[in-house]
Amino acid sequence: MKQKLFFAVVLVCSVVVLNFFLIRLAPGDPAMTLAGQAGGADAETLEEIRRTYGLDRPLAEQFFVYAGKILTGDLGTSYYFNLPVSGLILERLFPTLLLVLSSLVISVGLGTFLGVLAARNPRGPLSYIVTAVALGGYSVPTFWLGQMLILAFAWYVPIFPVDGMAGLRVRGGLNQIVDVAWHLVLPALTLGVAFMAQYSRVSRAAMLEVLDSDYIRTARAKGASEPAVLFVHGLRNAILPVITLVGLQLGQILSGAVLVETVFNWPGLGRLALDSILRRDYPTILGILLASAVVVVVINLATEAIYRSADPRLRSGGRH
Amino acid sequence: MARDPAFHPPKSPFVEAMAIFLGNRAAMAGLIILAVVILASLIGPSLYGVDPKATVNAPFLPPMEDVASPMGTDYIGRDVLAGILSGGPATIMIGTSAALVAVLIGITLGALAGYYGGLIDTILMRFTEFFQVLPALLFAMVLMTLFTPSLRVTIIGIGLVMWPPTARLARAEFMKLRNMDYVRAERAMGARDRRIIWRVILPNAMPPLIAAAALVVGVSILFEAGLSFLGLGDPNIRSWGEMIGSNRDYIFDCPWAVFFPGIAIFLTVLGVSLVGDGLNDAMNPRFRER
Repeated sequence: MKQKLFFAVVLVCSVVVLNFFLIRLAPGDPAMTLAGQAGGADAETLEEIRRTYGLDRPLAEQFFVYAGKILTGDLGTSYYFNLPVSGLILERLFPTLLLVLSSLVISVGLGTFLGVLAARNPRGPLSYIVTAVALGGYSVPTFWLGQMLILAFAWYVPIFPVDGMAGLRVRGGLNQIVDVAWHLVLPALTLGVAFMAQYSRVSRAAMLEVLDSDYIRTARAKGASEPAVLFVHGLRNAILPVITLVGLQLGQILSGAVLVETVFNWPGLGRLALDSILRRDYPTILGILLASAVVVVVINLATEAIYRSADPRLRSGGRH
Repeated sequence: MARDPAFHPPKSPFVEAMAIFLGNRAAMAGLIILAVVILASLIGPSLYGVDPKATVNAPFLPPMEDVASPMGTDYIGRDVLAGILSGGPATIMIGTSAALVAVLIGITLGALAGYYGGLIDTILMRFTEFFQVLPALLFAMVLMTLFTPSLRVTIIGIGLVMWPPTARLARAEFMKLRNMDYVRAERAMGARDRRIIWRVILPNAMPPLIAAAALVVGVSILFEAGLSFLGLGDPNIRSWGEMIGSNRDYIFDCPWAVFFPGIAIFLTVLGVSLVGDGLNDAMNPRFRER
């Protein structure tokens, strides 16, 4: 685990290095890129940026100035909002986390459930339906699925709202929580369905292997009920590849969140990223790239911890 | 002399794989879908003959209302069917070229990591993990804005974020094959590493990589659609994603202008995935049982 933690830190540092070089790789003056006004910054601002980032010094020194700023939480200033980027990102972090985590619950929960049911009877109709749905979910463009859900459930049959994350008049307490949850249904479902497909596939394959084993036969022989056999004895052993997949796919899920947030006007990091790109607000977009890498790394460490507690072989005291 | 009825002459692996592939109904369905899509893209535009970029009819015209525009028109009166037909080549071309870039990067890095092992493997795999952790779409978005979006930037940008899974697969194959007897024999005869990697191991590692490459094409098409939807693709190219993106604000006025391009993307990616799955089943003996 220590090694994982170390690598997580290295990974985040690599993103800082990447950002540093991206600013310099872009055509034109890095000060102009940092000012981020599509070349419209005035001479005074540019001079100020050159001074604070030490752009007249050697490249190595420039890097340490840049890294030092990021270490102290200074991700630069968004010219558009005229606010520190770090504050902007913190403000948008919660909606994105809410969306990503609830879609993970949908995709992992529902996907695994379907996969387990399908594995029980690999030649049965349910198995074919799960395979077909998995293929469909894998092939459908996420943003388009979101738009179709909006058409179906917010336009033709208006059940769910599409005005971002919360209604304007709802404030405070339980009402607000219910309101946000109501707004969350369609976006979380859109993002969840796309990834559910893959979890159902993986858990089906893993369960097929597990159900053949002796301990499942033992469980059946001692008279365990079918749900207990499937979800207690079976799933416990088939869940590991699913957890691995969650870790591997986090980057993709965040990518999907950018599209889903755009479709649903969800006020998260992805939406901010797109807006910042259209405004050429580079400090903000590079800050988001860094923040999202941190999010992925942190959730990855969490899945690692879950993996460890799910696999008795890896628990402390075990051989590793 | 009568032949023993129980004797079946051994088939070549290729013939065997072909037989499995051709007997796979899902893969055949995928192949048919792809054939239709490609045919429509190749001869559709000239056969239909309507300019996809020009305003040819009243805006917001529903499908089937006017024979001239069977799939209706979008918010500025552009013909949806013409857009779908002419968006096909762009979408498929960008998807396959980007996948090619991704597969080339992936195979090269995976081969080196798997063949040499040790420190090279550790470094290359950490590098791969780094790219896997980075949210691909955000990274591609940054690339697209720092450099002026053009066809080349789009293809390279997508290729740059799509390679990690291929690298992992190539690495696994090379690790498996590097100690095979025929590789050792080659090494004993004094072959150089370069020859062993590219001429001896790679051809034998190809089957699973080809199947994986087909899936990369599908993902790249989806990715390109996403970028164009966000308005970050080459503005001069009408692709399916761009059609959906440009009509996004008018989705309640002309849902068909969003619906049909999405179906086109869905069917194309579905066809590619079905064929990829079929190739995987046919060429990957490990998966034949399932």
